[in-house]
Formats: sequence, C-alpha cells, structure tokens
Amino acid sequence: MAAAVLLATAQAQAVQLSIVSSDTGNGIKVLREILDRYEKKSGNKVDIVVIPPSTTDQFGQYRLWLAAGSSDIDVYQTDVIWAPQLASQLVDLTEATRDVVGEHFPSIIQSQTVNGRLVALPIFTDAPALYYRKDLLDKYGAKVPTTWKELQDTAKLVMDRERAAGNRDLWGYVFQGNAYEGLTCNALEWMMSNGGGGIIEPDGRISINNPKAAAALDRVKGWIGTISPPGVLAYQEEEARGVWQTGNAVFMRNWPYAYALGNSENSPIKGKFDVAPLPAGDGAHPAATLGGWNLAVSKYSEHPDAAIDLVKFIASPEMQKYRTLKTSNLPTIAALYDDPDIARQQPIVPRWKEIFLNAQPRPSATARIKYNEASSQFWTAVHNTMSGNGTAADNLAELEARLNRLKGKGW
Amino acid sequence: MRMLKRAAFYLLLLAIVFLAVFPFYYAIVTSLKSGTELFQASLWPQSFSLANYRNVLTEGPFLRNLVNSLIVSGAVVAISLLIGITAAYALARIRFRGRSGLMLAILSVSMFPQVAALAGLFEIIRALHLYNSLLALILSYMIFTLPFTVWVLTTFVHDLPVEIEEAAILDGAGPWIIVSRIFLPLMWPALATTGLLAFITAWNEFLFALTFTSTNMQRTVPVAIALLSGNSQFEIPWGNIMAASVTVTVPLVVLVLIFQRRIVSGLTAGGVNG
Amino acid sequence: MRRRVRTAWLFLTPMLFVLAVVAGWPFLRTVYYSFTDASLADLDARRWVGFDNYFSVLRLPSGRVLYDGLLVDPVWWRAVWNTVRFAVVSVACETVLGMIVALALNAEFPGRGIVRAAILIPWAIPTIVSAKMWQWMLNDQFGIINVVLLNLGLIDTKIAWTASADTAMIAVLIVDIWKTTPFMALLILAALQMLPREILEVAKLDGASPWQIFWRVTLPLIRPAVMVAVIFRALDALRIFDLIYVLTPNNVQTKSMSIFARENLFEFDKFAYGSAASTLLFLIIGLLTIAYIRIGRLSFDGGR
Repeated sequence: MAAAVLLATAQAQAVQLSIVSSDTGNGIKVLREILDRYEKKSGNKVDIVVIPPSTTDQFGQYRLWLAAGSSDIDVYQTDVIWAPQLASQLVDLTEATRDVVGEHFPSIIQSQTVNGRLVALPIFTDAPALYYRKDLLDKYGAKVPTTWKELQDTAKLVMDRERAAGNRDLWGYVFQGNAYEGLTCNALEWMMSNGGGGIIEPDGRISINNPKAAAALDRVKGWIGTISPPGVLAYQEEEARGVWQTGNAVFMRNWPYAYALGNSENSPIKGKFDVAPLPAGDGAHPAATLGGWNLAVSKYSEHPDAAIDLVKFIASPEMQKYRTLKTSNLPTIAALYDDPDIARQQPIVPRWKEIFLNAQPRPSATARIKYNEASSQFWTAVHNTMSGNGTAADNLAELEARLNRLKGKGW
Repeated sequence: MRMLKRAAFYLLLLAIVFLAVFPFYYAIVTSLKSGTELFQASLWPQSFSLANYRNVLTEGPFLRNLVNSLIVSGAVVAISLLIGITAAYALARIRFRGRSGLMLAILSVSMFPQVAALAGLFEIIRALHLYNSLLALILSYMIFTLPFTVWVLTTFVHDLPVEIEEAAILDGAGPWIIVSRIFLPLMWPALATTGLLAFITAWNEFLFALTFTSTNMQRTVPVAIALLSGNSQFEIPWGNIMAASVTVTVPLVVLVLIFQRRIVSGLTAGGVNG
Repeated sequence: MRRRVRTAWLFLTPMLFVLAVVAGWPFLRTVYYSFTDASLADLDARRWVGFDNYFSVLRLPSGRVLYDGLLVDPVWWRAVWNTVRFAVVSVACETVLGMIVALALNAEFPGRGIVRAAILIPWAIPTIVSAKMWQWMLNDQFGIINVVLLNLGLIDTKIAWTASADTAMIAVLIVDIWKTTPFMALLILAALQMLPREILEVAKLDGASPWQIFWRVTLPLIRPAVMVAVIFRALDALRIFDLIYVLTPNNVQTKSMSIFARENLFEFDKFAYGSAASTLLFLIIGLLTIAYIRIGRLSFDGGR
C-alpha cells in the first residue's frame, strides 16, 4: 500500500510538459530561465517548442495541432486576439485561478474570458506609442504632437528642412502599413482616435462605414509618399524600426520593444528620442490598440493539472517582474507598475501604464471565430485605399457589405 | 567582326555568371557585417567579422539541424531511387493495361498543392505515431520526389536498348536479376541526376518540416533558419540569417560542383524526351 | 506474359503504396471535406452540405436571389488569374532565358565547367533562403538594388519594390526567374547535347545562317524536351506559395491560389471552403495540363 502511494506520487512528480512559444531570442532565454526555476520547485520537466515569430503562421500551426487533438503540447502561448477563436479547445482556468486573477488588470482578464470561461492567463501586455526624435523637434522648436494634424505638419516641416540641408533619406513618419494584422492595429487607432468607431461594436453592429473613419483613412492616404515612404505599405514592425533606428525617421509608431533596442549600444539614435501617447484627431481621444500574450492549457493535455500549475507559475508576480526586468515587456499585474526595481531598471514601464490602460481591444471578442477573416477584410480595404485602389468612402462601403455578409445571422 | 562576336559572347557569359552569382555573393558580404553596418548597403564589407557565424553555430542546435537535414535528404534519395527503379522498369519495359493512365496519375500527384495535403498528412503521421520524428519528414517528402524520380527514370529505362534485356531473358534471368544486375549498372548517370534533384528538394523543404516536428533537436535547417531571431519578437537578424543561409547553401554548391558534369550527362543520356 | 504483368504490379506496389499514403489519402480527405461544413475548431461536428461550398443559391423572402460559393467568389477568381498570369509570364521568361543560357553553354570555350557550375548556384539555394536574400536586397531603404540603381542614375527616388501590388509581382517574378532559369537551362542544354552533330554540320555547309539553323533545325529537334521541361515548371508555378507569401503584401492583388487555400484552411474559420479551393486548384491545374498535352501533342506515357 505504502509502496503504491509512493509510486503514485513519484509518477505524479515526473510529469513531462511542453510549452509552445514563438522564438523571441532574448524572450526564449528568459522563458527558459523561468522554467528552470519551475522545474526545481515542482520536479516536473518542461520543454519549449519554438515556432516562427510570424503570428499568422503560428495561429495556423496551433489550429492544426488542436484540430488533430494533439497531446504533444500542453501549454500554448497565445496572442490576445486568439482567445475567442481557440476557446473551445482550451481548458477553463476560472476555478484554478480564482485566487490570483484579482492581481491582474480586469480588462486583460476580460479579454481572455469567453462565455464566462477564462481560457488563458496573461503573462505580459503590449500597447504602442509614438516615438519621436527629441533632437530634431528641439532643433526646429516643434513640440510633441498631440493631434494627427500636428504630427503631419511637424513631420513635413522637419523633413523638408532636413532634406534641404542634405539629409536626403529622412522621412517624417513610419508605421506598419503591410497588409497584415499589424495594419488592423494601426488603422483601428487612426479611426478610433478620429471618432470613427471600432470597426465592429461590442453589440455586434458593423460601424465601419462612417464619414469620420473615411476621413481618418483619407488623411493617412495623404501621408504615403509625402511624410511616409511609399515602402511603408510593405512595412511590418521591424522594417519600420530599421528606418527609425538608422536615424531616417522623425516619428514612428511601434510597440515598447523598440525602446530598449533604440537605446542599445551603438544605436545611432541612442538618447536622442523619447515616447509619447499616439496623437488623436480633432476633438477626439487618442487610441492605442491592446496587444499582449497569454498562456492557455490545451484540452488534450495529458497532465492538465500540472499544466495549469505551470501557467500560474509563469504568470505570477515574481516571474512577471523577472521578465519585465530582463525584457521590458509590460507586466499585467497592477502592483508591478509601482515596483521600485522596475522603475529603476526599466523606467519606461511605469510611464506606459497610462497608455496601456487606455488601450482599445480589437473586435475579436465580438467577431469571435470569424475575427481573422473580418480583420483580413478590414486590412485589405485599408491597404487598397492607401495604395490608391478606390477611395476611402467606396472601400469602406464595400467593406461594410462584406462584413455584413460574413456576419450572416450573427457573429 | 569575328573578334567583335567573340567579345559579345564573353560579355554575355559574364552577364550570366554575374546575375547568377551576385545575390549569393551579397549574402556572404552581409553575413560578414555586424551591428548598424548591416543597414548600410555596400558591395563589400568594411569590416570582417565572423561573429554571425559563431552565433549561428554555437547558439542553439544548428549543427544538429544540419545532421538532421543530411539524414532526411539522404534517406529520401535512397528510398525514392529504390522504389523508383523498380517502378520505372515495370512502367517502361512491361506492357500492361492502364499503364499510361498510371503515368498520368503519378504526374497528377505533382498537381496537388502542398498546403492542401497538410491536414491529411498530419492525420496519417499521427496515426502512425511518427509525429516529431525524422521518419515523418522522410515519408512526407515522397510526395515531391517520387513522381519526378519515377518519370525521369522511366524515360531513361525506356531509351536503353531492348537487346541487353532480351539476352538476359534467354539466359533465364528473372526480372529482379535483370533490374539489379543489368539495368542498375547502366543507370548511374540518371540515378546521379535524379538523386541530386531529390536531395535538393528534400534539403530545401520548409512547410512539412515545420509542421511535423516540434522540438529543436528534430528540426531541419530551413526551419532552423526561419526560427533564427534576435532580441525581440519583431526583430529580423539579417546578419545571422545570411550566415546560416550561406552555411546551408555551401554543401549544395559543393555537391553541384562535383556533380555538374554528371547532372548534364545524366539528363542527356536518359533523360528527357517527349 | 501473364507472369511479366504480375511482376510489373509487384514492382509497382511499393511506389503505389507510398503514393497512396502520402498523396492519395490526403487528397481524398480534402475532396471529402469540401462537401461538408467542417471547421477546424471541431472537425467531428461536420455535416454533409453537397456542393454548397462551390455554389449555392439563396432565395430571400423578398424575391431577391443570392449566389454564394467559390465559383462566384471574386477573390478566388482573382487568385486564379494572378496565379495563371504569374505562371505564364514566369515560365515564358524562364524558357527564353534558359534557351539563351543553354545555347551559350553549349558552345566550346575555356572554363565551361566553372560557368556551368556557377549558373546552378541560384537553383541550389533553398527557396526560403533566396526569398530572404532578395527581400533584403529589394528593401526600399537599405537594399543594394535601389542603391545601385540610384548611383547609376537609372532612378531618382528609391523604389518600394514590395509595397505596391505591381512592383511586388515584378519582384516575385525576378526572384522566381532568377531561381529557376538554371533548371530550365539545364534541361535544354541536355537536349542540345543530344542533337546529332551531323545534321548541324550539313545545315552549315548548305550556307544557312546561325539564325536559320536555330529556327529550322535546332528548335524543332529540341522541342519535345523543352515541352516537358515547361510542363514540370508550369506545375510548380501554378502552385506557387512561398515566394508570394514572403515577398508581397498579403493583398488580393497578389494572392495566389495556394495562398487563398491556406488562408481559408488554417487562418479563417473556413476549413471546408479552403478544401473546396484546394480541390478546384487541383482540377484547374489538371485541366490546364491536359490541354497543354493535347495542344502540344505530347506522348506522355513514357512507353512506345
């Protein structure tokens, strides 16, 4: 009897788990360090399955694994927008995390709750900001823009003067204009900050076809080739950062990661830039799209209890603090924004709290399983407008019709 | 006039070689740069740094990935040639009903898009418990290499003189003896060509390799290259990627250099006729 | 004779078995799913819906009639058009360039082996690697191509190659042609070297110009080999996925059939619709191949 109990506990201890995550260089290293601590504490073993960083490839891969009922993966690292799409194949964490959810920002927990089931626990969050060149703004006596109009004028002014002075490669504003999920984030910000609504409203209404949204899009169309390079239509985060970090842009829209990199050793713009909230349209509030990553437990895991235990460990305040100190990822736990160590080593984090608290979720909770397709149709309409295929008004009217068709009887 | 023609000819050759080799040369140049120098386009490296190579070869199991690629590609070549030879003999030398239909069916395998085979293949691989093993890759690569191998070898066998086989049959040799003792020795050029083609296809494959493996230790080189990344989710480390790319391509270039005479003569002797 | 036929099937069994496993089963599954409403979120809940994924008619109470399905989906037909256009242009360019390269390499000159090896390099580089290499060279701000063109004075502002649909398609064509012309050249070169020398000698003695010899003698003789090379290339080109996926903005203007299928299969919640697209893709390629074989009067049975 005693032997059997012993055996059972030995078996319970020797659980082998695997966690899938996109390879983020430093991020993977930090994750491994966190897992090493977990292994020491729990006696379980955890493998990291690394897959490519592109979020759409990653989503397809998750879909395939889950559809096949694969038990090879216990814990999935998921994007903030995926919860509703993958929910039916993920374990409900509500009961198991009752003791810790209160530490996290309620809005993030809400974003990972589908039909009352908490399907993923957040480990870090993301909210974009406007990067600007302090030195160039000072040189021309310009202030940090708070409206898109100001940004446009300042960018034009600095760019024209600098170019006249021989700085031929300088551009005013770079952002993410490629036709992919990142464009949905950018365009949502333009529209919301212009009072143009959120594509699909929480009640399921399709609100995209309105004059304010079209006006926001028309304004952006005017940037292409004037303050933004024509190539911005193919830029993702890293292409934009490439232009910015070589000193060839006055403004950039990007996620927090670019801050640490811009200030790294032998960066040409080290110490010459700062960040601010994204601008707004006239008489509207600025908007930032909510990003971030979470951990979910597969319904097909053979060790769901151990997996949940692992998820709670990685999402715990201690480990989030550790991650933030190493990577400058924004924590999802409110108390960490007042942490003196973080404030000292990663001063950007406390400054970001405000930006992140005002961040807007994409309509993934409303469009649910149809979100990816809705988003794809949205970014297609935006990309078409920016590249001159049809006017903003026409494209948004067509988009509305397409989204209505996609919606069918309901989302 | 003659001189002019000669000069024009060499100019053409020069242009061909330049266009073919330049991107590879530029990849080498990029792989030797580091830091922000990467973002300055220049035709030759200002500094000479092997840091990118050191990163690629020491961080992560890149060498292991290289070995995996070698094993998978080698096995794919061996199996598709073995299966291909017997099938080619049957298709080219034995008359039976439905032969041309069969040839067309084999060709039609090359019409099916890879992305569409993904879900079905994944089911099979899980059913056979091959997931995350090199065997899964070896099996799935047959979908590309087998149709091509069978086609080229069939046309090749078809062109060999009938007399050699007839003599062997009179001597009472069975089909297996005929294939292994008589055809095999004659087929080396074609085998080298199709083998190399199959090797390159398997060496370069990406999508299946990504889907059917899940640990770094089981992955092949193209996937490893795609997984290289720098400090952040959004960062593309061009220097490392170029260093890895050069490392992967060099073995193939060497293979091609060794076999280039064979490739051409193999196709010539057997090969391609309508 | 009966014994030989039995041997034939015995010899064919391993190949047929492997192909049935790796190609037959996935294909049948895909065709089957295309007649259901399967969703990757729950494959077991699928229902048979007949041809609805391909074409369906919906009559509204108001009397309006709506058509739905792949066959009336403009995005799909746009993808078909993109793919076919890409295949025709790329294979045509590759054939012409491959012919030029093959003719050049067929001549005798010192260092021929080196040159022959050099032109094979593009083909030996993994697709994902060459896509990345060219993406880097075509980068609008840091790419070497813009810098060189600027310095030569051929352009006055940097071109954003991969940004707009037109230049992105050109970029894809450049890369594809660069990568696969060697393959074409190799197959044509092989055919050229099989030509009986005597015929060319006779033509030369008759006083025909090199141009005439090429059109009247060489080309007709190597035509069958070129046609086969073209068909293998065309089958590849019609299934193009990775180059377009990596090099272009993911826009309706550049989407290929394979990308359309993948998107619906795995990214959108339309597994059945993506399966229907895959099936139709197969049928379209099959029809084009049969038409090509008929028009080109190729004998494609490998026997006599």
